[in-house]
Amino acid sequence: MSHFIDRRIGSKRKSAVNRQRFLKRYKSQLKRAVADAVNRRSITDTDAGEKVKIPAKDVSEPVFHHGSGGTRESVYTGNKEFMTGDRVNRPPGGAGGGSGSGNASDSGEGEDEFVFELSREEYLDLLFDDLELPNLVRNQLVGATDFKIVRAGYATDGAPSNIDVVRSLKGAIARRTALGAPYRGRIRELEDEVDTLLAEGADERDSRVLALREEIQGLKTRIAALPFIDTFDLRFRSFAKQPEPTSKAVMFCLMDVSGSMDEERKNLAKRFFLLLHLFLQRNYDKIDVVFIRHHTTALEVDEQEFFYSRETGGTVVSSALHLVQDIIHERYDSSAWNIYAAQASDGDNWESDSPICRDLIAQKLLPLMRYYAYVEIMPRQHQALWYAYQEVAEIDSRFAMQQIDSAEDVFTVFRELFRRQPA
Amino acid sequence: MSRDRLICDTSEWSFPLLERFDKEIGHIAHEEFGLDTYANQIEVITSEQMIDAYSSVGLPINYHHWSFGKQFVSTERTYRRGQMGLAYEIVINSDPCIAYLMEENSLPMQALVIAHASYGHNSFFKGNYLFRTWTSADAIIDYLVFARTYVAECEERYGTEEVELLLDSCHALMNHGVDRYKRPAPLTMAEEQKRQREREDYLQSQINDLWRTLPPTQQGDDNHKAERFPPEPQENLLYFFEKNAPLLEPWQREIVRIVRKIGQYFYPQRQTQVMNEGWATFWHYTLLNRMYDKGLVTDGFMLEVLQSHTNVVFQPPFDTPYYNGINPYALGFAMMRDIRRICEEPTDEDRHWFPDIAGQDWLPVLKFAMANFKDESFIAQYLSPKLIREFRLFAVLDDDRDETLEITAIHDDEGYRAIRQALADQYNLGSREPNIQVYNVDRRGDRSLLLRHYRYNRRPLGDTADDMLRHIRRLWGFDVRLESVDEHGKVELLAEC
Repeated sequence: MSHFIDRRIGSKRKSAVNRQRFLKRYKSQLKRAVADAVNRRSITDTDAGEKVKIPAKDVSEPVFHHGSGGTRESVYTGNKEFMTGDRVNRPPGGAGGGSGSGNASDSGEGEDEFVFELSREEYLDLLFDDLELPNLVRNQLVGATDFKIVRAGYATDGAPSNIDVVRSLKGAIARRTALGAPYRGRIRELEDEVDTLLAEGADERDSRVLALREEIQGLKTRIAALPFIDTFDLRFRSFAKQPEPTSKAVMFCLMDVSGSMDEERKNLAKRFFLLLHLFLQRNYDKIDVVFIRHHTTALEVDEQEFFYSRETGGTVVSSALHLVQDIIHERYDSSAWNIYAAQASDGDNWESDSPICRDLIAQKLLPLMRYYAYVEIMPRQHQALWYAYQEVAEIDSRFAMQQIDSAEDVFTVFRELFRRQPA
Repeated sequence: MSRDRLICDTSEWSFPLLERFDKEIGHIAHEEFGLDTYANQIEVITSEQMIDAYSSVGLPINYHHWSFGKQFVSTERTYRRGQMGLAYEIVINSDPCIAYLMEENSLPMQALVIAHASYGHNSFFKGNYLFRTWTSADAIIDYLVFARTYVAECEERYGTEEVELLLDSCHALMNHGVDRYKRPAPLTMAEEQKRQREREDYLQSQINDLWRTLPPTQQGDDNHKAERFPPEPQENLLYFFEKNAPLLEPWQREIVRIVRKIGQYFYPQRQTQVMNEGWATFWHYTLLNRMYDKGLVTDGFMLEVLQSHTNVVFQPPFDTPYYNGINPYALGFAMMRDIRRICEEPTDEDRHWFPDIAGQDWLPVLKFAMANFKDESFIAQYLSPKLIREFRLFAVLDDDRDETLEITAIHDDEGYRAIRQALADQYNLGSREPNIQVYNVDRRGDRSLLLRHYRYNRRPLGDTADDMLRHIRRLWGFDVRLESVDEHGKVELLAEC
């Protein structure tokens, strides 16, 4: 007799451990592959996993096998024109006629690359491996407004919307059973008496029977009078507030959209911002992103406009910095929010504005912030802004700056900015 | 055909229907054809679980290792992209015999798989001499549970990486960790002998004390030098390391043993592919046709079954792009059917070639063939001229000293025996895998290990020899050298590590 088992429900992902082992073992190769991939793919496509390739010879598992050469006789099917003693040329490519050691080319062998798909999580893990957010602090406030609501069993009073119906009705049944028990016991006794009387020959009109019947009726009324549900039965779901450390972050994206920033440069900036966004998402539960673009004046815009609309004109960087300062004061209390800013620019700035920017950042903004990253997208001589910022970078470790020359650089620069600092 | 015997005419499966089908198939298999099977445990799983099962080499549980993860990611990818269909079933040689059905399959497919795996393969596992000799179906699951726990404990105690490296080396040698000739004595017997040896040693030690005071003799030392260790060459490399590698810790020996045992468990399967699949295919074909004859299933059901069946036993000719060697299902099924034909409707040719089975009762003949052969001997014994003609088999000799390939035999009177011999040899594990043996250990010197590769038909070792030596060195712990011996006994050093 056979025994059938439905295994579909349980024991899913039995190979998860093995998969993780595999990824761990080839981490260095995978990291290289992922770094290659990040420059190729559009970063906006962040929900998908990634197809990666690693050299097949790295993952091959060797076994002893025969090499080509020597003599071997093999049998094939489907002879059409051959006669015994015929001589034919070796088929091209397959030394040894592709015969004999057929089991050698199982998986990988013969192909130069071992290709497979990473899930999104695995992809991001590898992408941001070894990176960390500088000065990551989980802001915690005494008496802060940030609480987590957790279930805390049942209570006997509370808001009507929190009534637990099942629990309350269970209580009601128990109460009715308990309160009705003596009556029901008495009824059973009386009914037994009636039965005895009837068995002894008394008829229904007998006064003793009638009296007993009346008493039974009275008791039944009393049972029926027990309230179906009582306030005493009500149970309410109870919740308690647990204070929680804040792990909120806001990221300011600042971009120069003056005439000198062309589509290509904006694209580079966008790649950088998206990487940063992805990275922050992995570190914080909640991320706000504020997009600020500026030429001579700064404006808070939405994502679409930030990346795709075009402006012309000169550049005053401090306008954007002022706006950042205002927004922080208005909406993002630095004791509750982890504040990050990334600025992308081609380095052009109004000549006399650069010292203002330097002071603004060093004195007003950095004290409120966790990190400020500046990337300059310009394969040419640095200008005043770069040198002004360099002064800030020297005195404050929360400020970092890098230069991006081409698309290949974006990820490298990103890694450079967020490299794990030796403790 | 009376419709009232029909089991059902849907193609959606359900558990009650599966049970009904299983009952009918089991009845026909056991009562009408007398197949002897283990009890069946049939599990319905999803395609993802099927990929899982694939990646742990078809075992229901196994220890963790990265190579299974590698297998998993590559199978998953090819499957998701539709490059590969999953096998309809996986069946495990255990008692009870576990078979997996995929939930995506239609009812006719499930019935086919039940007949194929739970009655075909199952009876093969129980009947074939190789499986009877080398595997113990009732213990394998318990052993795997033990292995998994043991490896996990070692990982905890000695570190995942350490264990992983050891497993890598063992896996590399898995095919060289197999006993081929003698069944190891059962454990109780071994314990008995060990106890007896200990007694003996104790008694001897009492006497040794008397001899201890005698001055040692000088003679005989020369003999000692010439003596090799091991005295006989050992081809079971893992066994040799388990017992003799000087530096392995006890837990490492146990892990070598685990890999060796699992390799041994698969050893019969590697040698009976054609027979095993042929036998199972023959029985799903026969059992389901019998159901059809009894009016238990509809025409539509049978058409779907036959369509999958035809796909499975398709053999493309060598010059098409689909050609991927000889299809074991096709060859095995054709041979099983052919044996039945020879029994039932022998021609003069059959009487000449197979005098002992022509005209006999087919069922005992077929069961005898199933029970007492492996692929190599099965083909050498039963491949008939008729099949050679049907498959239009031909043999090609590839000698690297010649410019061209030579066609040595085709499907004609002169060629039948040659083709049969060549094909049988193609399934001989002994000639498919390089013959590598432990030849000597320099016990009094640097403890280096000497391996010898005995070349077969002048075939050299592949380019993995260096990697392999590194694995062997990890197990042995001292220098390892590999020599190659050709037909004339000429020895040359191949690699050193």
